[in-house]
Amino acid sequence: MNKVWFIMRRELMGYLRSPIGAIIIFAVLVLDGLLFNAFAIGTGSKKSSDVLEAFFYLSSGSILAGSVFVGMRLIAEERQMGTFTLLATSPVKEWQIVLGKYLSALVFLAVMTALTVYMPLLVMVNGKVSFAHILAGYLGLLLIGGAGLALVLFASALAPNQLVAAIVGAVLVVLFLMLWLLSRVAGAPLNDLVGYLSIHDKHFRPFMRGVVSLQDVVFYLSFIYVALCATTRVVEARRWR
Amino acid sequence: MIVAQHLTKYYDDKAAVADVSFTIQKGEVVGLLGLNGAGKTTLLRILSGLILPTSGSVSIAGVSLAQNPDAVRARIGFLPENPPVYPEMSVVDYLTFVAHLKGVKQGVVAQVERALAVTDLLKVRDQRIGTLSHGYTRRVGIAQAVVHNPDLVLLDEPTSGLDPVQIVHMRDLIKSLAGTQTLIVSSHILSEIHQLCDRILVVKSGRIVAEGSEHDLAGKVQAAAVVAIEVRGSKAALQAVLGKLTVVAGHRVDAEADGVTTATVELLRDAREELAAALVQAGLGLRRFERVKLELESIFMELTGNSTNEVRS
Repeated sequence: MNKVWFIMRRELMGYLRSPIGAIIIFAVLVLDGLLFNAFAIGTGSKKSSDVLEAFFYLSSGSILAGSVFVGMRLIAEERQMGTFTLLATSPVKEWQIVLGKYLSALVFLAVMTALTVYMPLLVMVNGKVSFAHILAGYLGLLLIGGAGLALVLFASALAPNQLVAAIVGAVLVVLFLMLWLLSRVAGAPLNDLVGYLSIHDKHFRPFMRGVVSLQDVVFYLSFIYVALCATTRVVEARRWR
Repeated sequence: MIVAQHLTKYYDDKAAVADVSFTIQKGEVVGLLGLNGAGKTTLLRILSGLILPTSGSVSIAGVSLAQNPDAVRARIGFLPENPPVYPEMSVVDYLTFVAHLKGVKQGVVAQVERALAVTDLLKVRDQRIGTLSHGYTRRVGIAQAVVHNPDLVLLDEPTSGLDPVQIVHMRDLIKSLAGTQTLIVSSHILSEIHQLCDRILVVKSGRIVAEGSEHDLAGKVQAAAVVAIEVRGSKAALQAVLGKLTVVAGHRVDAEADGVTTATVELLRDAREELAAALVQAGLGLRRFERVKLELESIFMELTGNSTNEVRS
């Protein structure tokens, strides 16, 4: 696991040393703040728990957008710069490279998401919501962001450059977001399977309401695991090219 | 000892490397010489463990790259044509990261300091790599290849893109490594290979078409002797004599002035007496007759089949 830590630490330091990390955080926070004011708070009177639910709904969109921007560069950028050669010619397993990069981006996403906490805290101070609701919502955000990130990392391993990685990653994220729509038109028993694989509809809404269910957590962790395994296979397969 | 056996690498249906085998002894400096696209980089990528060969095997000190890739990669340092550096990192942070990545467990700081000293990077150790000159960035590339004190160092076109002063510095740096490490240097620059390497592998179309020292290779080319001559007589008269001699493989007239012609003559075998006698008998005043040492350039052209017919008439 030492190698995973070294790769993760270098990636994290990279966010601090270059402006890209600050730019992504700035963009997502601005987007989140605007959406919160415009839609979560809105103009009419609302129950504070509804405001919080709307905040997590909107934040799930911004964290998924953030996951595309953070994840697209993870492997594709290294390929473009030629630095992936260093990793691939070192005594490091492919899964260690993938996991190190994934964890660094997840930590970055977590920090970025944590910076939005002033919004639910404002709701808590001015209304009546439980702290557990806020924690559940953030757990959900981290899990859905982690799932999106795993998809984009997979795209980054496949793509020859960051732009293609961003496009493929965004398409994959949108596809897995919209699967619940497909499930409505698909026949049984496919509709259940397709609906289950949607990363938002069935699995994220409980977190928005402050409900943490083990099966949703297991779904997200399994989803991330499968995506990371697929990414590892793609990186391994590159050696044959 | 590095042993490569029957290495073949296909890209789609094109063989970039075809049935390449060689053995390199510990401490040797071996040059991979070939034109662009000959397969040198693919060969180095296979040896470094970056890509897998379609068939064939590589082993270092008896450890197979296919069976134990991590153990072999830990013993190899690789400088690709573009140094794999992170521009936002400082030189010392970068080398520390590479040392950890390469599996250095003890004495990381000492290893990094050694690499900095060997590559003369101490004065820029805290500078961001992105702010360094091209020459220094290449030095950082060499430093990352040797920071873990590997058994084998692979250098792909190490002087590519450097200015003449930087090239001299880089060659000195590589020479300084030669005493302690086994090196494989890929280049299409003949003078570089000539100055750096004990042994040369000439690569053409993915195959090794010749190997040995420069002297060995000279013996393998078709011409047995090349002679520089200067005669009192016209170019036409000289060409008439050379045209009649069956031992002459080719010739090039270098100059004709004031009734004196100078030329370089390539002989199929060492028939210098026969050539001298023919010139004298034809009434051409023989002013200079000297065997020319076959330059690496000529050898290379001959071996890679890229002779421009400058010599051959």
